Amino acid sequence: MSTILILILFPLLCAILLSLVRNDELRGWIVRIAVVTIAATTIYLGWEFFNSPNKYYFEHAGILKYFFVSAEIFISVLILAAGIKYKKFSVVIMSIVQTSGILWFEIAGNKLELQILGHMYVDKLSVIMSLIIGVIGGLICLFAVSYMREYHQHHREYKDRRRVFFPLLFVFLSSMFGIVFTNDFSWMFLFWEITTYCSFIFIGYTKTKEATNNAFTALILNMIGGLGFTGAIIYLGMVKGITELDQLLKYGINDPEILLPLFLFGIAALTKSAQLPFSKWLLGAMVAPTPTSALLHSSTMVKAGVYLIIRLAPLFTGNIVGIMVAVVGGLTFVLASFMAISQSDAKKVLAFSTIANLGLIVACGGIGTYESIWAGVFLIIFHAVAKSLLFLSVGTTENILGSRDIEDMHGLIVKLPQVAFFMAIGIAGMFLAPFGMLISKWAALRAFIDSKNILIVLFLVFGSAATLFYWTKWLGKLTAVLYKVEKVEAEVKSDAKISLAIHAFLTIVLCMFFPIISRLLIEPYLIDVFGQSNITIIGRDNQVIMVIMMCMVALVPFAMRVLTSGDERITTSYMGGVNVGDNRMFIDSMGREKRMFLTNWYMESYFGDKKLLLPGIITGAIVIALGFALVLGSVL
Amino acid sequence: MNILYAVIYVVLAPILGGLLSGVDRIITARMQGRKGPPVLQPFYDVMKLFTKQNAIVNRTESFFVFFFLIFTVFTGVLFFGQMDLLLVIFALTLSGVFLILGAYSANSAYSTIGAEREMLQVMSYEPMVLLVGVGFYLSTKSFAISDIMMARLPAIIYMPGVFLGFIYILTIKLRKSPFDLSTSHHAHQELVKGITTEFSGPTLAYVEIAHWYENILLMGFVYLFFAFDSIWSPVIGIAATLIIYFMEILVDNGYARVKWKIVLGTSWVIAATLAFINLVVLNFLG
Repeated sequence: MSTILILILFPLLCAILLSLVRNDELRGWIVRIAVVTIAATTIYLGWEFFNSPNKYYFEHAGILKYFFVSAEIFISVLILAAGIKYKKFSVVIMSIVQTSGILWFEIAGNKLELQILGHMYVDKLSVIMSLIIGVIGGLICLFAVSYMREYHQHHREYKDRRRVFFPLLFVFLSSMFGIVFTNDFSWMFLFWEITTYCSFIFIGYTKTKEATNNAFTALILNMIGGLGFTGAIIYLGMVKGITELDQLLKYGINDPEILLPLFLFGIAALTKSAQLPFSKWLLGAMVAPTPTSALLHSSTMVKAGVYLIIRLAPLFTGNIVGIMVAVVGGLTFVLASFMAISQSDAKKVLAFSTIANLGLIVACGGIGTYESIWAGVFLIIFHAVAKSLLFLSVGTTENILGSRDIEDMHGLIVKLPQVAFFMAIGIAGMFLAPFGMLISKWAALRAFIDSKNILIVLFLVFGSAATLFYWTKWLGKLTAVLYKVEKVEAEVKSDAKISLAIHAFLTIVLCMFFPIISRLLIEPYLIDVFGQSNITIIGRDNQVIMVIMMCMVALVPFAMRVLTSGDERITTSYMGGVNVGDNRMFIDSMGREKRMFLTNWYMESYFGDKKLLLPGIITGAIVIALGFALVLGSVL
Repeated sequence: MNILYAVIYVVLAPILGGLLSGVDRIITARMQGRKGPPVLQPFYDVMKLFTKQNAIVNRTESFFVFFFLIFTVFTGVLFFGQMDLLLVIFALTLSGVFLILGAYSANSAYSTIGAEREMLQVMSYEPMVLLVGVGFYLSTKSFAISDIMMARLPAIIYMPGVFLGFIYILTIKLRKSPFDLSTSHHAHQELVKGITTEFSGPTLAYVEIAHWYENILLMGFVYLFFAFDSIWSPVIGIAATLIIYFMEILVDNGYARVKWKIVLGTSWVIAATLAFINLVVLNFLG
């Protein structure tokens, strides 16, 4: 049995097993074993394909075709039922349109058929994605065991639905593997829809009114994408006879007839990745428990959208759809980065940051050059690791301190030193040199300039400036050394601790070894696509310097612990001469003791989402409408 | 990497930076109708700071400041060693973050507001600085400073708009009025010493020395606009940096500090117009 089949079927088996288990202890062990197995299998897959050629599977679909059609009907029925139950008629209508479209195409559609090399396909990009899904996804599931236990201890008001939660985590992993291993668009669409449905259930986990509403927002926006996907499948199948991704990449280059399906795929990807104007659902998805936010809404599911764009990137170079996608991506990057400044809810900051970075990846894909795809793939890798680390740290903090507001993380380095340390690595990993995201942004900047797209360059530099602001102020909150405050007595469970530690380790190590990752995995993929590889994006000199910088930065926490001079005089902080003596209270003008509060700067009147989100949505919609008009114009 | 220039930088930059600071104070004084201190005063000040006891709120802040110094020097080494310009810009940001974290770690009112203002300053000039990098790439087709030094024509001919934008935000980076929001060489009315409030003795001396290194680096940036493959290049370059620095002193004395909204707003508008239009034209032509 091929490795990819194991990766798709084994999580499903775990899901079935987990749905039968009531005992939390047993559940924890099943998850631990499952996670290790899945991660090990993805690493094995990487080793399998390390120096080997890419491979096709399932030249003939056989009875699988019927399985896929029935599964698609099944999911549509589930969605339809949800729409009817909660009286969301847009869901009902979209579901009916989508399902009828797919069914008609599969059964009755008049298809011209090109030769199919295989319904499934594995290359280096699939390997990279599967490693992210398997390792990072696995670590998140591991974290979820202790997290959900504490979550339900703190939130007795929510019904304990862990018998739905954990199986669904593995169903989701299975469908993500499905997306990155399929070549056939109809098969990919099934997996795509399963992830939409999983997201819907996860967001609505607590069954509060807010959660249910947000779940439906996510469902509706993702279904718009689903309709686009369906339209693209039908058009490609009937007009061009293309049913497989590799066929599209082979025959579609410079073919004006594929502009329309390309646009429709673009819409599907943009909705899945919560780009403007479709960003609202990701913001609302933050009501879900932290493992959901980490797994679906930053590291994996939203990566499915950008994965599709990266796959299709060679088709985007220089045409109207590519430019539209790139502009939407760049616009999303800059506006989402601005809006992140005004948020004090840590998960909202992470959500906006995710949307922004996905925008950057989308822009890289839209430009579609060798350099930009190189940058885009690295952005995917580094963002998945660092953002996941951040979500897990924030989740841990929230479970212990009871709050996820950044203001309450003031002095976390004193209150929860271990968690603060991991969180700091995550934050640094998101924007500081020499960490991975910085490397990727560097490459993206070069790629944008080389592609002669100065507008996107402008988006990048302004977004980067905003990025720096909101991460540094959060980092500052963490490093405030509170005077004579005790460490909080709380134990981070070993599952969570192992997960956080491996994340932090990967954040640092991956960026030290990025040249190797580039040479082993990314450049081979790019050679497959473009046929040449004489471009050095980040030269050897720079690589050496960055390793030196990383070692220097890594020294910082050790230097602080190890080196002391002993010669200092510790004083109280300067409060204009009226410090009571505990660095917290001062004597006010009436002679009474008053508490000092330090908060961050949010600039809501300039960067608030109330100011920027709606204009962003409108602008994004205009860009897409313009793109659509131009595509229609060229087709008709 | 140009090891010779890098070593010269490490050794000479604090001396030149201190002298520049001293000359700055004399010229400033003369503009204000005073006589001014001796030219070597900054060195006397720093040496005196080293003799003082290190009074700090906690040990973390002095470590952050120490790393601020290390990374500033490192950035200068990258620049004068003629490595990659974008990496220099990113490394400079990294060193700035250490100073900000140092101020935050003190958990003091004045230093925290100073830190927030410092971040605002960085956010204000960051787009422009990155566009400078982009401009050099468009002018010389390379980010390598060694290539920029060997250009046929000085880059300023290709990017006058970018240069003007850079000079504008240089006022922020040099901590000159009207943009000296987070700290300056004279006490603030509302922030005492802003970001450096809780630093004293040797810690404050390190900040001062780091600023000397940084100022020489910034003058190097100005020089880079005038660098080209000719014997006249050093003459024109150094003359330009001295004229620009004099203008900065003039602006410092001529304007009062402005509100943060003006700093952020004007810097961004200038980056998005002057620099952007220059780059669009350059992109179109080149």
